[in-house]
Amino acid sequence: MASRARPLGFAAPALAVLLLALVAAPLAAVGWRGAGLSLGPADWAAVRFSLAQALLSAVFSTLLAIPVARALARRRFPGRGALITLMGAPFLLPAVVAILGLLAVFGRSGLLNQGLAALGLPAISIYGLHGVVVAHIFLNLPLATRMILQGWLALPSERIRLAQSLGFGPREIFRHLEGPMLREVLPGTALVILVICLTSFAVVITLGGGPSATTIELAIYQAVRFEFDLGKAAALAGMQLALGSIATLAAWLLTRPAGFGAGLDRDLRLTAPAGWRRWGDMGALAAVGLFLTLPLAAVLLRGLPGLADLPASVLPAAGRSILVALASALLATTAALTLALAAARRPRPLIETAATLPLATSGLVLGTGLFLLIQPLVPPTTLALPVTVLVNLALSLPYLYRILLPETRALHADYGRLADSLALQGWPRLRWLVLPRLARPLGFGAGIAAALSMGDLGVIALFAGEQQATLPLVVSQLTGAYRMEAAASAALILVTLSFALFWVFDAGGRRVAA
Amino acid sequence: MKKHLLAAGLLTIATPALAETPVLTVLTYDSFTSEWGPGPVIEKAFEATCACDLRFVPAGDGAALLARIQLEGKASDADVVLGLDTSLTAAAATTQLFAPHGKTPALNLPVDIADPLFLPFDWGWFAFVYDKTKVTEVPKNFEALAASDLKIVIQDPRSSTPGLGLLLWVKAAYGDKAADIWTGLADNIVTVTPGWSEAYGLFLEGEADMVLSYTTSPAYHLIAESDDTKAAALFEEGHYMQIEVAGKLAASDQPDLADRFLEFMLTDAFQSALPQTNWMYPAVTPAAGLPDGFDAYRPAKSLLMTAEEAQAARNPALAEWQAALAR
Repeated sequence: MASRARPLGFAAPALAVLLLALVAAPLAAVGWRGAGLSLGPADWAAVRFSLAQALLSAVFSTLLAIPVARALARRRFPGRGALITLMGAPFLLPAVVAILGLLAVFGRSGLLNQGLAALGLPAISIYGLHGVVVAHIFLNLPLATRMILQGWLALPSERIRLAQSLGFGPREIFRHLEGPMLREVLPGTALVILVICLTSFAVVITLGGGPSATTIELAIYQAVRFEFDLGKAAALAGMQLALGSIATLAAWLLTRPAGFGAGLDRDLRLTAPAGWRRWGDMGALAAVGLFLTLPLAAVLLRGLPGLADLPASVLPAAGRSILVALASALLATTAALTLALAAARRPRPLIETAATLPLATSGLVLGTGLFLLIQPLVPPTTLALPVTVLVNLALSLPYLYRILLPETRALHADYGRLADSLALQGWPRLRWLVLPRLARPLGFGAGIAAALSMGDLGVIALFAGEQQATLPLVVSQLTGAYRMEAAASAALILVTLSFALFWVFDAGGRRVAA
Repeated sequence: MKKHLLAAGLLTIATPALAETPVLTVLTYDSFTSEWGPGPVIEKAFEATCACDLRFVPAGDGAALLARIQLEGKASDADVVLGLDTSLTAAAATTQLFAPHGKTPALNLPVDIADPLFLPFDWGWFAFVYDKTKVTEVPKNFEALAASDLKIVIQDPRSSTPGLGLLLWVKAAYGDKAADIWTGLADNIVTVTPGWSEAYGLFLEGEADMVLSYTTSPAYHLIAESDDTKAAALFEEGHYMQIEVAGKLAASDQPDLADRFLEFMLTDAFQSALPQTNWMYPAVTPAAGLPDGFDAYRPAKSLLMTAEEAQAARNPALAEWQAALAR
């Protein structure tokens, strides 16, 4: 086939192998230093709890996102664009900031319980498995909504017009258009959420309420820090990867291409049904709007008072974080596009796995392993920022890949043969076909990658030298020195910068696409 | 490729400095070296006397320090490790990476500890901190706390040193009855956090009536924020201590400088920086005395397990804790 002659043909597998090596080599380095791989009953309990909370979080986040994405797709109202942009925000919050924001609403002295008390009703406790799931929904539902909304917006207007002329009601539209689209988009969406929740650490411990809420990542922490049992840490991290691989396989088997065919890009949205469905859509949007904005408003209010007395070191740290974020985003977008274009031609299990597993790696094992690998060669602190870029690249690529894949598949199905027959290859193909048609998901994905890379702290902690503090590290230093108010302000700056980066890329992509 | 160039560039920048003045590398925890910690003041003071370049390398928290030094092994650039506590020193000693300090200084500690490998530099008592305007019936011991309706937030002993300290506190005070205490406390515990700062943050946000911290925590609010509403609850069983220590690495390429640093560590220039940056008691009380608020909460009795006892007690106590709270 034509794909043999393509220069990208070998770039994608090579990239996939590199990614897998980035995941596997540190794990092997850690396991190598350990003595034997053994898991006790407490570790298995952690594995079970991790999996249970991740499954619940993924299922609820994805299912609740469907009505929200549909309402956004078929309704037009003032503030719709703002709401879509806002959908990027919770996902970008550092875990600790998100927890404090949620507690301002759902906590013991939060808004909800104050309201209940005023009404003479008993208080509700957020702590427990349900709290973990609520927090994960808060963090991931917006992402799921955006990913599913991309699917709705990609429905060709010709199909919508056909449905209209056939007199389809909402039920038929769901069966013939929305259902197949969801079948393509949902498994991948649920997969990334499941895998990211599998490795969740601070949220699970803090909101879990006690030692029964123990995740694999906490067991790894304990193994590395208090027991220095690297064998056990590697075994646990390997378990996390195995679960991630199984989930990837399952999602891959469940995904069905929708096969709507190409359209002429006429701007046409689904008919917005009247009656109770109108109220249903409004209800879904209002509920999600409140659920997202109240904790965010709390983050804002906590951060504002201390802004004036922030230490000067916040500025260079912010600059460093932005540089890291831009570099990671650029590299991650390029890599994800390469992989997604290759995987669009035919099923590629290697690429599929390589583009998901980085999410399932344990941050601590990844950092420790890289440290062990680098230390014999150069002092690790000299590589703090490059290593951070590399790790952020690996951790944000899975999101980008999931966002791009449905679109590259459609692009290949709709325009692949035409472009091949015109011998449109290499840079011209990228310039005239791929980039313009993928501008919207590329902008969204690059925004996610940049903002995520602003927030990452897990790995740099091992490499950080004297003068290389990034903004998240400054936030953590401030909280470690009792300065909670200043920390809230620095966190607000971190969130604002992340969000600004996200917005620039996302809005840029949407503008080019429009 | 770029990374290698960058690394090479950074290395060449660093090399001339190496050739001129000896470098003493001190591995410590993040909050010690941050600009709000004692690190910057101490660096300046020591460099004024040593004709050397003192470099603090941050490595997470106390527990991360121990893991870091084990990862690096003999190849470590570090000369001194500063910031382990006595619940970790037994494990640190078995690595055989530390060299004896050979000193017998006079220290102002409520207990005697003499460890050939590790020298204390500061210490504190763990305590439950509360807001005087909100909590009126202050429990006098763990049993009263367990019987009360007070909500507390604690740290996870599997990821945090204060969390481990509380575990050893209950064990040291109650021995075989420790599991009963934990069962009684289960309904008081709002949640368990990964580290100290999350727990303290939750307390300040009003999520709990009390938080596991130190008897010196109210002094921070008093001195830095002129806020005298915070207090530490004094318990009759006595209070478990956290003693922070430093040790010299056997593989250090600057053993003499490392010795001089450990001596300097117990002088006024170092010790006087600690109370208002680390918010702990200095191991040697400075000539100028302690700041206001440091005498407000002094327990009558101090509890401490030896390093070996603490290491032996950890796993059984952890299992007890998990069993009592996992419901």
